[in-house]
Amino acid sequence: MLSLHREGRSPVHAVPAGVKLLVLFAAGTALFFVRSVAVLGGALAGVALCYALARVPWRVVARQVLTVVPFAVALSAVQWLVTGWEAAVLVGLRMLVLVMLANLVTLTTRTSAMVAAIEAVLRPLAPLGVRPERVGLLVAMTIRFIPVIKEQADQVRAAQRARGVERSTAFLAPLLVKTLRLADGLGEALDARGVDGAAARPGKTPRSGKDRPL
Amino acid sequence: MIEIEGVGHRYGEHRVLRDVDLRLTEDRVGVIGSNGSGKSTFARLLNGLLIPTEGRVGVDGLDTRRRGKEVRRRVGFVFQDPDIQIVMPTVAEDLAFGLKGRGLGREEIRARVTEVLEEYGLSEFRDHPAHLLSGGQKQLLAIAAVLVTGPRYVVFDEPTTLLDLRNKRRIGKLVRELDQKVVVVSHDLDLLAEFDRVIVFDRGRVAADGPAEESIAAYVAMHPPL
Repeated sequence: MLSLHREGRSPVHAVPAGVKLLVLFAAGTALFFVRSVAVLGGALAGVALCYALARVPWRVVARQVLTVVPFAVALSAVQWLVTGWEAAVLVGLRMLVLVMLANLVTLTTRTSAMVAAIEAVLRPLAPLGVRPERVGLLVAMTIRFIPVIKEQADQVRAAQRARGVERSTAFLAPLLVKTLRLADGLGEALDARGVDGAAARPGKTPRSGKDRPL
Repeated sequence: MIEIEGVGHRYGEHRVLRDVDLRLTEDRVGVIGSNGSGKSTFARLLNGLLIPTEGRVGVDGLDTRRRGKEVRRRVGFVFQDPDIQIVMPTVAEDLAFGLKGRGLGREEIRARVTEVLEEYGLSEFRDHPAHLLSGGQKQLLAIAAVLVTGPRYVVFDEPTTLLDLRNKRRIGKLVRELDQKVVVVSHDLDLLAEFDRVIVFDRGRVAADGPAEESIAAYVAMHPPL
């Protein structure tokens, strides 16, 4: 979901987000009960067919496969050592099918549609105190801010390298401070944009670092 | 009109504003001052993001202490760093965010977003991930996301500080041409040079207040070259 969505008019793009999430959930559950390499191979072929239907460029598919393969291989290797080659192949294939399917959902679904689907699923829980729009906002903001925090981590790392520190656990402290400041500012921005959480109160501590007493 | 009556503000024991009495009626009001002079706190008081510990702030007769939500609908706020202000993953989704909260229908939101994207030259970035925009584009999006909700006033907190010269000029032009009444906190004296009124803050007090030329001259005189 992190900026992976690709515009398109394919049949896969046209499937409603809720249906895609449901299929993903069902597939994720069902795959754990499959004990046949042939069936998993068929599932993988099915996912590949969906990619073709969605007209996802092969370069994008290759990049995604290359990202997941090392993890699948590592997991399979452990399985091979513990239980044997057949279980190793099953685990590796299962992981590959699931991750590729999840990526396909991401590639062909707008975040807003995904969020709307999550909100719709949670709506029946509203009488129990669940606020679907808040959960939706949380999901959307998570997607939005992961790259921002990654950028901050890169900045901290670059600043430390500039000072001659190549690797240090001290990396975490400034990143944490930056992230907390970001959260502070974000809370203020949400207030300013009309998402009223805690109402402003006299003498409220400023959420941004500016003008904060030293 | 924004009225600031006998306003003071403290963060714990630290007093950042004192004895501020102002009536903001002009279309373009600038606020300048050194770091820590209280100008950003002042800006946050104008739309009820902060409530003063002393005195009151009123917007069109609405007290920020009691009618904060209504005040924030009237007074948009643009932060210095657009990265904290953009809360949704893509450009169009972020523009739609403020409208959704106002109970507009899906079609109405879509039409309004399309209109604003065109108005601010962001149409080609409609489904673009916000984090991949340039600094200038992000600031433009942050401003558009505030304006799409139709506020009467817009408060800018150092809107050009993080921008290069080209984008500074672009955003400056946009700010000057807005239909809304604006209050701009900035260190960018060029941006404020043609404003109707500029207020200078110094150690939490109003040190000068008047036409841009006079106030900026007073501010420069307060900071002689080292």
